[in-house]
Amino acid sequence: MKLKRFFSQIYLTLIFIFLYAPIAVLIVFSFNSEKGSRFNHFSLRWYQELFQSEMILDALWNTLFIAVTSAFFATIIGLISCLGISALKGKPKAVYMSLNNIPMLNSELVTGLSLMLVFAAFGLTAGYPTILIAHITFNIPYVILSIMPRLLQTNKSTYEAAIDLGASPMYAFYKILLPELMPGIFSGFLLAFTMSLDDFIITYFTRGAGINTLSTLIYSEVRKGIKPTINALSTIMFVSVLLLLFFVNRPKKDSTKQ
Amino acid sequence: MNKKKWLSTPYLVWMIAFTIIPLLLIGYYGFTGRDGSFTIENITAIFSPAHSKALLKSLYLSLLCTIVCLILAYPVALILKNKNVGQGGFVIMIFILPMWMNFLLRTYAWLNLLDDGGIIERFCESIGISYTSIIGTDIAIILGMVYNFLPFMILPLFNVLTKMDQHVINAASDLGANAFQTFTKVVLPLSLPGIVSGVTMVFVPSLTTFVISDLLGARKVMLIGNIIEQEFSIADNRHLGSGLSLVLMIFILASMALIHRYDKNGEGSSL
Repeated sequence: MKLKRFFSQIYLTLIFIFLYAPIAVLIVFSFNSEKGSRFNHFSLRWYQELFQSEMILDALWNTLFIAVTSAFFATIIGLISCLGISALKGKPKAVYMSLNNIPMLNSELVTGLSLMLVFAAFGLTAGYPTILIAHITFNIPYVILSIMPRLLQTNKSTYEAAIDLGASPMYAFYKILLPELMPGIFSGFLLAFTMSLDDFIITYFTRGAGINTLSTLIYSEVRKGIKPTINALSTIMFVSVLLLLFFVNRPKKDSTKQ
Repeated sequence: MNKKKWLSTPYLVWMIAFTIIPLLLIGYYGFTGRDGSFTIENITAIFSPAHSKALLKSLYLSLLCTIVCLILAYPVALILKNKNVGQGGFVIMIFILPMWMNFLLRTYAWLNLLDDGGIIERFCESIGISYTSIIGTDIAIILGMVYNFLPFMILPLFNVLTKMDQHVINAASDLGANAFQTFTKVVLPLSLPGIVSGVTMVFVPSLTTFVISDLLGARKVMLIGNIIEQEFSIADNRHLGSGLSLVLMIFILASMALIHRYDKNGEGSSL
């Protein structure tokens, strides 16, 4: 039994190394004094260059703006549709849920291409609005899949009791339903934000000329060889998320102990 | 509760505008030529040697990637389940966290590791093993795919395994089944929904990728995704690109139909 535990520990460690090795490489090379795959000596050169590179800071701003905005709208539309879909029954509900799965099964390639075609057909010039619409479209399904299970778990009687006791539907929703749904809403938003942040393919097909997100910027630089400034930026982003998670998770643990 | 049904209409409108109509448009372009007349040439173009070779290669590599992911991910999910880490966010975070480092950058990092003069070569040299760069080979592509999509296999498997009723597993061993029998007769069949959604979430993106083959294939490996992307971005032939996309979608739908026959409840269990 001990042997088994030993091997499973080794196996987990190997998978963990596999998943995080490239990330470690990226972080280490962000501190390299030269460009290239040989480590010279420690330097903060790329971090200094990062804050002078307007192109990268622009792309970072675009990426964050698109991720926050699209996640926000996707969460609102997703929440409203969850309430609507949960009121449906039988066939309409099944149709809804399978429609909801289309963007997830469709592959990003086809979703991106088809959106590009539809924007051209509607006469929308590619730019911020088209990227936002595209990101909201592929984010909504993730939000719905995060909120729906929680909504099904909520106790309907509490909500109905509030209504019977004279609360308006809006007030009852705000006071009863929303707090219960909050974890689902939060994880849906986070998932949507992450998906949007990491997306390349759909942005690539729906962006206009001159607008770069980090992904498209990196893709255009791959040919020339990526400068470690991008590594520096990614390291900062990665470490900030790590710290954020650390702080978000700490108080939670204490409250579950009580 | 019935009054709330109308709340679902905004999303319906949104889906019609940005999911259904776009797909119909692909169909329209796929079946018309540049002059707007009906043709099936864009569809039959898949039989040209270059296109069918790329499609077969994509099918072969994505199938292999899916199998490798399943074999690697199942033990991970089982171990994590037995560790009783709970349904909590921690495990999920471990596998979602890498996504905060850009997907292209992470894939590009493998180039640093694997390429001539890369870290692995120098490591092998230092311990006296010869290493030839695998960049530009099928192995590099599969590695890139597995690296990127493995979390999408682990998460649904982990979900379904942790939700599994432990009493059923205990009952099996109480009734005399050994560990192997318990696994093949109880755990594995009960985890089918997780396998189905994991396979879906790995197979579809790896079948259609063009980025991984771009970055790690050294432009020697052409997948169907690369061909379609180039029809749109370089050749500017959206008719042929749409036609080939339609063929690709048929393959996706067919494989989905095949896989979902094993998902008896028809529910799956995604994230």
